[in-house]
Amino acid sequence: MSLLDFLNRFFGKDNTTSKNVAKERLRLVLVHDRANVSPQLLESLKEDLIKVISNYMEIDENALEVNLDSSDDSVALVANIPVVRMKRINGEVEEKIG
Amino acid sequence: MGEVIVITSGKGGVGKTTTTANIGTGLASLGYKVVLVDTDIGLRNLDVVMGLENRIVYDIVDVTTGNCRLKQALIKDKRFEGLYLLPAAQTKDKSAVTPEDMKNLTGELKAEFDFVIIDCPAGIEQGFKNAIAGAEKAIVIATPEVSAVRDADRIIGLLEAAELREPKLIVNRIRPLMVKKGDMMGIEDMIDILAIDLLGVVPDDESIVVSTNRGEPAVLDNNSRAGEAYRNIAKRITGQQVPLMNLEVPDGLLHKFKKLLGFK
Ligand SMILES: Nc1ncnc2c1ncn2[C@@H]1O[C@H](COP(=O)(O)OP(=O)(O)OP(=O)(O)O)[C@@H](O)[C@H]1O
Ligand SMILES: [Mg+2]
Repeated sequence: MSLLDFLNRFFGKDNTTSKNVAKERLRLVLVHDRANVSPQLLESLKEDLIKVISNYMEIDENALEVNLDSSDDSVALVANIPVVRMKRINGEVEEKIG
Repeated sequence: MGEVIVITSGKGGVGKTTTTANIGTGLASLGYKVVLVDTDIGLRNLDVVMGLENRIVYDIVDVTTGNCRLKQALIKDKRFEGLYLLPAAQTKDKSAVTPEDMKNLTGELKAEFDFVIIDCPAGIEQGFKNAIAGAEKAIVIATPEVSAVRDADRIIGLLEAAELREPKLIVNRIRPLMVKKGDMMGIEDMIDILAIDLLGVVPDDESIVVSTNRGEPAVLDNNSRAGEAYRNIAKRITGQQVPLMNLEVPDGLLHKFKKLLGFK
């Protein structure tokens, strides 16, 4: 640790300052707050996903799940999308996979 | 036709009533006709902050229940010709006022006044719904603390859901020294997180306590830093461009130390 680093830490100018801790905690908590407050947000995301994915494969729309999953320091969008059938690249003929 | 502005925050005790009193008085001192409406039923406070508590005869519930006419319940300010207060009821139930009542009331008031400023109670329940019902614009108050910012975010969502678009932010009780040391979120941090426009920044200032003790809003005290901030905010509300006041603190120890050691 250089002297300047030490001084910065000593005088509270690094990432572990309480201000930066506060910002980071707020960032994470607001991801959940905003998603919980408007469940429509995840619903409309779901609908858009179905639209896009349907161009490439046939999916089980009723079994589709989209959730926010969080660990200590990050939030992930986790989607479970059961695929029923794949489309051919040229998109003309369909073939059953399962 | 006047403008109806609600002052809200979600979290309690962050400065809604102080801000309502100061912005209202500030606008009145600029020559506008202003009425302040206290919607915090059961926890009436705007009257004491304004120093008008001894003049109250009727309150907002007397108006909505038809016990008196609106004009009879309006209390005239001691200092400004065009400034009035409609006090909250202290003893009645919150449910005595409905959003529909508030729409009628604010509709009537804005025909008479340039600005109708509504002091909202804390929380997101009935009192909040009443306070925003007749409003056309909203000002959100937040202090630079995690809980206040989180609640402000929630309130912004609720305001937008109620079609009160583009609320403006006032950051209250900022302490520049703590921000400089990295121990308090600064203005940029808060704007970054809440993603709304800034209307003003009010420093944490002892003069607010003194002025509340006296029932004389700090905006009238030329020596008060918070008062200066509120004067600026009042001007911005009228459309004037006023730069943010300088909250800079003199060079800290670290800075001097770095210079001494030849960094920088
Ligand atoms: N900028 C400031 N500097 C110092 N003290 C302040 C400042 N702003 C507000 N206060 C103090 O904080 C306290 C709460 O303020 P105020 O009553 O305006 O908050 P509020 O949001 O209306 O509260 P409630 O949610 O209970 O209605 C008061 O004691 C007030 O004097
Ligand atoms: Mg209050």
